[in-house]
Amino acid sequence: MTDIIKASLPGLPRRHAAERRFQLYGKLAITLALGFLVVMIGMIGVSSIGAFTQTQIALSINFDADSLDPDGTLDPATLAQANYGSLVKAALREAFPQVKGRRDMRKLYGLVSSDAEFTLQNKVAENPALVGTTGKFWFVASDDVDQLAKGNIDASLPETSRRISDKELGWVEQLRTSGDVQRVANVSFFTSGDSREPELAGILSAVVGSALSLLVCFVLSFPIGIMAAIYLEEFAPRGRWSDLIEININNLAAVPSIVFGLLGLAILLNTFGLPRSTPLVGGMVLALMTLPTIIIASRASLRAVPPSIREAALAVGASEVQTAFHHVAPLALPGMLTGAIVGMARALGDTAPLLMIGMVAFIVDIPASILEPATALPVQVFLWADSPERAFLEKTSAAIMVLLLFLVLMNLAAVLLRKKYERRF
Amino acid sequence: MSAYALQEADTEVMAAAKPETEPLIAARNVNVFYGDKQALFDICLDVPEKQVTSLIGPSGCGKTTFLRCLNRMNDLIDICRVTGDITIGGKNIYDPDVDVVALRAQVGMVFQKPNPFPKSIFENVAYGLRINGLVDSKGELKDAVERALTQAGLIDEVHDRLEAPGTSLSGGQQQRLCIARAIAVEPKVILMDEPCSALDPIATARIEELIDSLREKFTIIIVTHSMQQAARVSQQTAFFHLGYLVEYGATDTIFTAPSDERTESYITGRIG
Repeated sequence: MTDIIKASLPGLPRRHAAERRFQLYGKLAITLALGFLVVMIGMIGVSSIGAFTQTQIALSINFDADSLDPDGTLDPATLAQANYGSLVKAALREAFPQVKGRRDMRKLYGLVSSDAEFTLQNKVAENPALVGTTGKFWFVASDDVDQLAKGNIDASLPETSRRISDKELGWVEQLRTSGDVQRVANVSFFTSGDSREPELAGILSAVVGSALSLLVCFVLSFPIGIMAAIYLEEFAPRGRWSDLIEININNLAAVPSIVFGLLGLAILLNTFGLPRSTPLVGGMVLALMTLPTIIIASRASLRAVPPSIREAALAVGASEVQTAFHHVAPLALPGMLTGAIVGMARALGDTAPLLMIGMVAFIVDIPASILEPATALPVQVFLWADSPERAFLEKTSAAIMVLLLFLVLMNLAAVLLRKKYERRF
Repeated sequence: MSAYALQEADTEVMAAAKPETEPLIAARNVNVFYGDKQALFDICLDVPEKQVTSLIGPSGCGKTTFLRCLNRMNDLIDICRVTGDITIGGKNIYDPDVDVVALRAQVGMVFQKPNPFPKSIFENVAYGLRINGLVDSKGELKDAVERALTQAGLIDEVHDRLEAPGTSLSGGQQQRLCIARAIAVEPKVILMDEPCSALDPIATARIEELIDSLREKFTIIIVTHSMQQAARVSQQTAFFHLGYLVEYGATDTIFTAPSDERTESYITGRIG
């Protein structure tokens, strides 16, 4: 008996081959895309590692009672105004008695961060009993020493082509051999605001600024967005007007974000005189940008609610508003929330509109309300990437990692929400 | 045959088949248009109270369209236009002063596919009672829900799991839940749009028994594709064809001695 199944289709091997080929192309495309992603995030991740540690230098400080507290009263006001910088300088001179000359002295003093005197001031304010004693304290090293310790400065290069001189190299080496250099986790990166000194710059002001802006953005865009979607989808009469509105919402979703920034600048700042550089205005501009996304996603998720649910509610005597709010909207809510979170994630990563409304300023203080000047995470990345210091490179990467972390968390939240509340009909 | 001639024929049928009791629902010259397309032509139909009236006919003949005119569900379709009069209890439901929400509370509906709310069994039945303000207290609500479930013959199967989601029931149980939901608000009329088309024969038999028992309290209009079902459950039968009401009368007469040859062709299976 002949093999009837095989004999009946002459073109079959070719069709199978085409299928295999297509699957191969697909797999190649995915591998390539994932590869690029891994390389990109991997590179940023590797260069960001340094920012999560910091180098510290130990100096033995003599809290000279005569200079700090000449009256001997331990009055907090006197202690707060004392010159702690000279203590640090004295400690450095003592540690390196061989250094002479003004130029070399200046370099020597630059080994520790300018933050050192404030560290001491705080310590004395906490514990006035320190006055008159001597003790060893750790200070944040300057960015050049920090970079050297992290191996980002190549000491084998000729002296003229590196940021750190041979003398400084020697001092650091001396500190190292005496065990006075250590690397610790850089907590201050997460707890302090921006700074001109790379070793002191932190991300908290940007994180808080972003969080406040997103809060304003959510509070404005989510209710307005879902109300607009519910009205358009459930109540608005279909016709030329609703078509026009729909087309325009779709177009708005594709408008470059900088245009919304210009709008914010012209209308919110110049016409209404709202405070510049604040999360309030930033959030409003981001809300404008997010609204079309939320409306489109919410309408899609309302449309996915089967009409049989609407009919069921109407048939027992529910009004249209009751039908929409008791039955349709709750079923569409997970989809709406997902849309909102995806829109917010886009808003979180957007820089252009914030540049236009002045959230690009150098902000050291951590904003306490939506009316205080602030910056945002992506803007912070932009600012640091623009800075010339070598040490800001790793800060930039670290800020990107923090930004990506928030984005991943938000998208994860969207997925989990959808999984949890999704209902089958 | 022209529309005009048909209309005349319909009127004759009507006159012959007019029920003796005063009709609860009376349709006069009902035309329905979807945009430019006319779906129903001059329907005149009297539905007697507390009986089961079945609407039969081939697909696309307009029986569902007519059914949905009776609780103005067609209002939901933007392009749908209805002319003519439909009176329920003497009141024209297309009068401008009729509140469609109040109308639907009096004219309940059961759909082709069971469509319980994705909420608990209790909540499914309680919803209509609550929004229509038919109960004053929690206890009253509970009694009313249980009464409706009892009437729908579902109470024995669900009494111990009223908090379970309505969608967790089987197809037949879901449909009886939908019937319980419809009768809970105590409407005058219940419209059923092929309520058994998604169910197996056993579940169908249970629904048919239920329809028969509900006849005591409610006026029921049922659209069905099954002629056997129409014969089993209904007292009056209306045969629709291509948007015209061809024949209307007592179910026995329609099935044993149809006066129109199209009716005969349909019930014997030659068209449809």
